[in-house]
Amino acid sequence: MDTSTMRGSGSRFRGGVAKAPTGIRGFDQVTDGGLPRGRPTLVTGASGSGKTLFGIEFLVRGAREFAEPGVLMTFEESATDVVENVASLGFDLAQLEEDGLLVVDAVHVDSAEIVAAGAFDLDGVFIRLASAVDEVGAKRVVLDTIEVLFGVLGNEAIVRGELGRLFGWLKDRGLTAVVTGERGKEGQLTRFGIEEYVSDCVIVLDHRVSEEISTRRLRVAKYRGSEHGTNEYPFLITNKGLTVLPITSVGLSYGATSERFSTGMPQLDQMLGGGVFRGTTVMVTGGAGTGKTTLAAQMVDAACGRGERALLVSFEESPQQLIRNMGSVGLDLNRWVEAELLQVWSERATSFGLESHLVRLEQLLDDTEPTVVALDAMASPRAGSAYEVTAAVTRELDLIKARGITGILTGLTHDVEVEASTVAVSSLVDTWLLVRNVESDGERNRLLFVIKSRGSEHSNQVREFVLTRHGAQLVEVDAGPQGVVTGSARVALETGRREAQVRRHEDLAQRRAELSRRSAEVDAQIAALRTQFEQETTALEREIAQESHHDEQGTKARRELSEARTDGATVQPDQLEAQR
Amino acid sequence: MTAGGTTRNGQSGSEGQDDQEKLDLRLYVAGKSPKSMQAIENLRRLCEQYLPGRYHIELIDLVEHPKLARGDEIIAVPTLVRRLPEPIRKIIGDLSDTEQVLVGLQLRPKGVHGP
Repeated sequence: MDTSTMRGSGSRFRGGVAKAPTGIRGFDQVTDGGLPRGRPTLVTGASGSGKTLFGIEFLVRGAREFAEPGVLMTFEESATDVVENVASLGFDLAQLEEDGLLVVDAVHVDSAEIVAAGAFDLDGVFIRLASAVDEVGAKRVVLDTIEVLFGVLGNEAIVRGELGRLFGWLKDRGLTAVVTGERGKEGQLTRFGIEEYVSDCVIVLDHRVSEEISTRRLRVAKYRGSEHGTNEYPFLITNKGLTVLPITSVGLSYGATSERFSTGMPQLDQMLGGGVFRGTTVMVTGGAGTGKTTLAAQMVDAACGRGERALLVSFEESPQQLIRNMGSVGLDLNRWVEAELLQVWSERATSFGLESHLVRLEQLLDDTEPTVVALDAMASPRAGSAYEVTAAVTRELDLIKARGITGILTGLTHDVEVEASTVAVSSLVDTWLLVRNVESDGERNRLLFVIKSRGSEHSNQVREFVLTRHGAQLVEVDAGPQGVVTGSARVALETGRREAQVRRHEDLAQRRAELSRRSAEVDAQIAALRTQFEQETTALEREIAQESHHDEQGTKARRELSEARTDGATVQPDQLEAQR
Repeated sequence: MTAGGTTRNGQSGSEGQDDQEKLDLRLYVAGKSPKSMQAIENLRRLCEQYLPGRYHIELIDLVEHPKLARGDEIIAVPTLVRRLPEPIRKIIGDLSDTEQVLVGLQLRPKGVHGP
């Protein structure tokens, strides 16, 4: 949603000037609200610069979106031509006329059949215009191109005076008018200087062809009492009318979501704190053959796998080529094409003008309504300077972001010119992944870095980016004393580690066996010692038992002896002792 | 291209001259402005002088019939339209320049001055 529609309808006061929104995409943003209400605006440009279309869109949107009926008075084409020409842009003038929202009065004037004979005025135009305005209660008027009258009527002094009266009349009636004019020679705004009657607002349209690429531009040359952008704004004629692209406001009015969009590579999601935010833009840069396209295709594949619609625009390969090449790394894009989830579109960036390219992109976005778009590669040889490439990418991003679509851009980084545009574009993207080739041990390996990721914690670590037969994978890298180890060096290191581990395992098993054997030995020794101990204990006890028996015998003998002495003579203990 | 039923004032010369074609003229004016009154006066005088009996004039006031302006593609006022003989010719202005009117009506080749 652009800001013009967010601001809604009706007139607004800014800087003292009431404005009538045109509804033309981007234009109301550039002019801070539209055209000066109740006043005439001059829209001038060479033939084919889009001024008639500007006027008609102003009327159509006025009638449809802002409930302001209008009158189109054209001096250039027949009514049928006008209606037919704009029908391709979805402007159904006949329907609007039927609905009582528009009057088209095609004034046919042919200088060959007119002769002037005396004083005249332009009451015919006034009367026709007033009649049409009253018929539908018009608030808006377009006069396209009234300068024709100078050529037809001859008498310039009279026409000049009458035009002055006409513009005064338009103001008196409070009509917001667009008056078109043809650019004059030598930088004149109009051929007959009618800008002198229009003091409020002057819009200049331009259609330039440089290096066989056409670009349309719009400039607000004058806007009394209002701030306005002074830049030249590129604009497009799309199948929905004009689109003015205010470069400087790109990326500032989009909604933000906290929903994450998985890249299809869990390792990468992890590096990005759970994936990229939906509706943001990811730029993948890297040298030739670093797998940028694969990375982009993988994200697209993942989206399709979730049942989302995707658009893949290639500036380098044909759809068939791209699908085949992705097949070789295990990405079967064809199934998504067949399931009508994926549209692959190829075009040579140079074969069309920037404008038609953007128009095509917009149509593709409208037709396929994808949730993710991959542009491969933004830095494909494009006509124009680095500035123009930047402008082109900016506008592509604008189209994508404005729709809340997640965008993936790929780009080369080695070219100096491209480098400049990459840097310029990098401020517009939200996530920047860099794939770098690292050469070591006679091979090239790829490393993936997350340069930035807005609004996310992201890993500052490096991963090795490996293209397998099952798509792209990220592998944790080893950082050894010589730096990051990749490719076969990493594989070798890993193999070595694995072997060492096996050896350690075997060693341990052996030691465990040893230990258990020793444990058995110890047990046996303990058992033997215990047996011996028990034997000794038994022997001792027996001895003790014998000893006590012996003592009892002695005591008994002594008692018998003493009893005998009591009868006769006392037996001396020592005698008794001697008897024993 | 019709002004059917809107004729306010028709005036015709009665005595026909068969060898010369009759002119079907329409004069568009806006109310009673000086230029309009002047044009009506000039046209009458001119027709009597150069086209006696060979003309038919229809006078249309655009203030009263604004929609008729589209039919004959009127932008300037006054405008005299020669509807017949074809092709259609338009003479704009108060018709004060008789020579230009005669040129416009193709009664006189351009640049040749009359009596």
